[in-house]
Amino acid sequence: MQMPRPDPLILSRRAQIVAALERAAPGAVIHDPAETRVYECDALSAYSCPPLAVVLPRTTEEVSAILRVCHAEGVPVVPRGAGTSLAGGSMPTEDAVVVGIARLNRVLEISTEDRLIRVQPGRTNLSVTQAVDGLGFFYAPDPSSQLACAIGGNIGMNSGGAHCLKYGVTTNNLLGVTMVMMDGTVVELGGPMGEANGLDLLGVVCGSEGQLGILTEATLRILPKPAGARPVLIGFDSSEVAGACVADIIRAGVLPVAIEFMDRPCIRATEEFAHPGYPDCEALLIVEVEGTPREIDEQLALIRDIADRHSPLEFRESGSAEESARIWLGRKSAFGAMGQMGDYMCLDGTIPVSALPKVLGEIARMSAQTGMPVANVFHAGDGNMHPLIIFDANKPGDLERCEALGADILRLCVEVGGCLTGEHGVGIEKRDLMSAQFGPADMEAQMRVKDAFDPRWLLNPAKVFPLDLSESRREGRPNAA
Amino acid sequence: MRPESEADVASVIRSARESLSIAGGATRLRPGEGQGARLDMRGLTGVVLYEPEALTLVVRAGTPLDEVATVLKAENQMLGFEPDHRPGSTIGGVVAANASGPRRVLVNACRDALIGVRFVDGAGEVIKNGGRVMKNVTGYDLVKLMAGSRGRLGALTEVAFKTTPIPPSRATLRLSGLNAAQAVEAMTVALGGPFDVSGAGILPTGETVLRLEGLAGSVEARAATLVTRLARFGDVETVEGDADFAALRDAGAAMAAQAGKGAVWRIVLRPSQAGALIATLPGRLAVDWGGALIWAEAPDAWRPDLPTGAIAERVAGAAPLHLPAMAPAIAALNDGVARRFDPRGLFGSSARGVAA
Repeated sequence: MQMPRPDPLILSRRAQIVAALERAAPGAVIHDPAETRVYECDALSAYSCPPLAVVLPRTTEEVSAILRVCHAEGVPVVPRGAGTSLAGGSMPTEDAVVVGIARLNRVLEISTEDRLIRVQPGRTNLSVTQAVDGLGFFYAPDPSSQLACAIGGNIGMNSGGAHCLKYGVTTNNLLGVTMVMMDGTVVELGGPMGEANGLDLLGVVCGSEGQLGILTEATLRILPKPAGARPVLIGFDSSEVAGACVADIIRAGVLPVAIEFMDRPCIRATEEFAHPGYPDCEALLIVEVEGTPREIDEQLALIRDIADRHSPLEFRESGSAEESARIWLGRKSAFGAMGQMGDYMCLDGTIPVSALPKVLGEIARMSAQTGMPVANVFHAGDGNMHPLIIFDANKPGDLERCEALGADILRLCVEVGGCLTGEHGVGIEKRDLMSAQFGPADMEAQMRVKDAFDPRWLLNPAKVFPLDLSESRREGRPNAA
Repeated sequence: MRPESEADVASVIRSARESLSIAGGATRLRPGEGQGARLDMRGLTGVVLYEPEALTLVVRAGTPLDEVATVLKAENQMLGFEPDHRPGSTIGGVVAANASGPRRVLVNACRDALIGVRFVDGAGEVIKNGGRVMKNVTGYDLVKLMAGSRGRLGALTEVAFKTTPIPPSRATLRLSGLNAAQAVEAMTVALGGPFDVSGAGILPTGETVLRLEGLAGSVEARAATLVTRLARFGDVETVEGDADFAALRDAGAAMAAQAGKGAVWRIVLRPSQAGALIATLPGRLAVDWGGALIWAEAPDAWRPDLPTGAIAERVAGAAPLHLPAMAPAIAALNDGVARRFDPRGLFGSSARGVAA
C-alpha cells in the first residue's frame, strides 16, 4: 500500500514536537517506540506503520491544544477511535501524530423525554445501548464490532449494522457533535433533531473519515426498545430464488428489521464451525421482525405466504429465545468460521437488490477463475454485500491476488449501479478505487469540502482520495482558494 | 431561463454574468430569497429509474411533487418523509428545503431518505454524489449537504430516494383540552414506548394527535395499548385514517400563505423545552415532531425567547431572520463551503439561509 513519504523535516524535529505535545496535554503523550507500535495499524492489519507519537487526551481543551501544536508544526494528525476500522482509516504514517479518543468515554447526558444521549466519542457502541437499556431505549446502529468500536469511529465512517433496513445508519441517528478543527477551533454542529441554521455541516462531517475534525462529544438519537423480535430461517435451492423472495417481502410492505443472506460456501463453513443446524442448501435467509407477539405473528404469516410462493426447502420459525439464538448463531459466527478456513478479506460493496442474482453469479465465476474461494454473507434488504475472499497470507503473492480479486468484485458492484463501500469506509483500502465510482469533478467537489475545514490537509491526509489526486493539496499547493 | 436538460443547466450557469435564483415551483421561497434572474428548473422532468422491489426512485429535479406521488402510488409506495403539499412544488424544491413532515418522528427527514444527487455547481460543473443504493459511505456525503441548501451550492438536476410501502392501515388518536405542557407530555409517553408512532403534534385547532400505521391487526393492538397508557390525559378518541395529519403537515405553509403583514416563525427545539416556549407565543400555532417543531404566527416585530440550543427562522415576514446568531466559526465554514461550490457568488441571492 503506497503512502506518502514521511516529511524528513518533521522526523528531524521529533523531540521538539513531542515536548510541545507534552506541554499541551501533560501525561497524555506516548512516544516510546515500543508503545507507539500498538497504534501502528487498525483492523486492516495487513498494513502498518508506527506513528511519530500518540496522544490520548481527556478533554476537549486538550484536543484543541494538541491540534494547535500540530497545526503550528505542520504535522499530520490521524484520529483514532477503537482501531476497529476494516479500511485502514486510522493507519498512521511515520510523521503523523495519532490522536486517540479512548479516554473520552463518559456519558454526559441521557434524556428519554428528548430521546437522546450525549456521550464522549470514545465510548463503545454497545455501551451506549447499555446506558439506556434499563430505561427501555436503545441506540440503533449495531456494527458487528459493536463490543469494541467507538462512537467517534462510527461517526467518522458512518457505520451501519444488521438492523439498518428499519433504523438507518449512523448519520440517520446522529443529532449533533462537538468537534475540534485542525487549527484548534471548537465548533458545535447539528442541533435539536439534528438541525442547524445554514448548511447541513453535520451531515457531511458524518462519514468524512476523520478528515474534517476530531470529535469530542456526540449527541445520538435513542429509540424505544421494541416489544419483542423473532427471526425465521428460510432455505432455498438457488440464490436467484432467495433474491426474488427478498424483493417480494420488501414490496409487500412488511418492513423487517433485518434480512440476512448466506450462500452455500458460507453455510457450510458456519455449519462446520458453530453447528447451528442450518439446512444444506444453496442460499439461506434470516428475516427478523419486531413487535408484540401478535404483531410478530401477523408479519410472519405474511412472510410465510410470500416465501411459500418461492417453494423454499425449509421455513423454520422460532418458538423460543433459544431457537432464535440458534437461527442467528451461524450468521453471527460467519466471520469466525471463515477465519478457520484461512486468512480472509472482507469486502463491503453495495448493489441494487435487483442485481443480486447477476452479481452472485459473476462472483462465483471470478472465484472459480482465480481459484480463490469466496463466501457471501450480507444484508440483503439493503443490498450491502460482504463477500469474504479466503487467502493464505504466508503464501507469496496471495494477498496481492486476493486484493486484485476484491477490486474486481467492487468494480462489478459499481458497474451494476452500486458502490464501493456500504458501511466500512474508504480509508486506504479503497482509496485508489474511488475513480471507478467518481469522475474527477465529483472527487474535486468532495475535496473542496476538506479545503474549507482543513485548508492545509493535515487531518488524516492520505486517505479516501487517490494519492495522485490529493497530492498537490497535501503538499501545500491547494488548487482552490 | 428554463433549461431542458442537465447540459443546458450547465451551459446557462457557465455563461451567467449576474446572480441566479434557482427555483422549481418557487413555492418554498422565504424572505429575502428569489432575487436575481430566475433559473427555472421545471424543464427537467421525469422518472429516471424506479425499482419498487428495491425501494428506489431516481427522478429529475423539476418533476412536480404530485407527479412523483402518483408514480409511487401506482406501486403502493410513497416518499417516507412526508413533504408538505404546496401546489406546483417540485421534488427538487422539496430537497433544497429539506421539507420533512410529521413522519419525521419515525422515519426521519427528507435528507435521510435522499440517497443520491446530481447537481451543477457555480462553475457549471456537473457533480454526482451518493447513488441509488441506500447503504453507501463511499466518499463524503454531499447528499446531506445539498439537502436543505436552498439553492446556495448548485442547481439540483436529479435526486434519488429510498421509498416506503404505503401502510395498509392508519389510525389517529385524538386528545382534547390539554395545555401545551400536558400535550407534550402525552406525546412523549407515546413516542417513548414501543408503538412506532408515525406522527405526533398539536393542530392549530388545539387537539393533540398521534398517528399509528402498519398492518391492520398491529395498528389496532397498538392503538388499544396506547389508549390505556394515555388514560391520565383524559378521553382519547380513536379515529380511522389520518386526515388530521394532512392539516398538521401543511400547517406551516397555510400560516405563511395567510401571513399578510405578520410573521410566521419556524422553531426547532427539544420537546422538553416546548411546553414553556409555547406559553410565550403570541398567536396561532401548530406543533409537529412530538414537540420538536413549532410553527407560530406573530406580529412582525415579535421575537421568540429561545431556550438553549433551540433555533428559529422567520419563514414569512418582511425580512429574513435567523436566531440565534451563528457562531463565527460556523459562519466561516458555511461561507467557506459555499464559496468553493459557487466561486463567482452567482447563487448568493438565496444565501440568506446560509450565513445569515
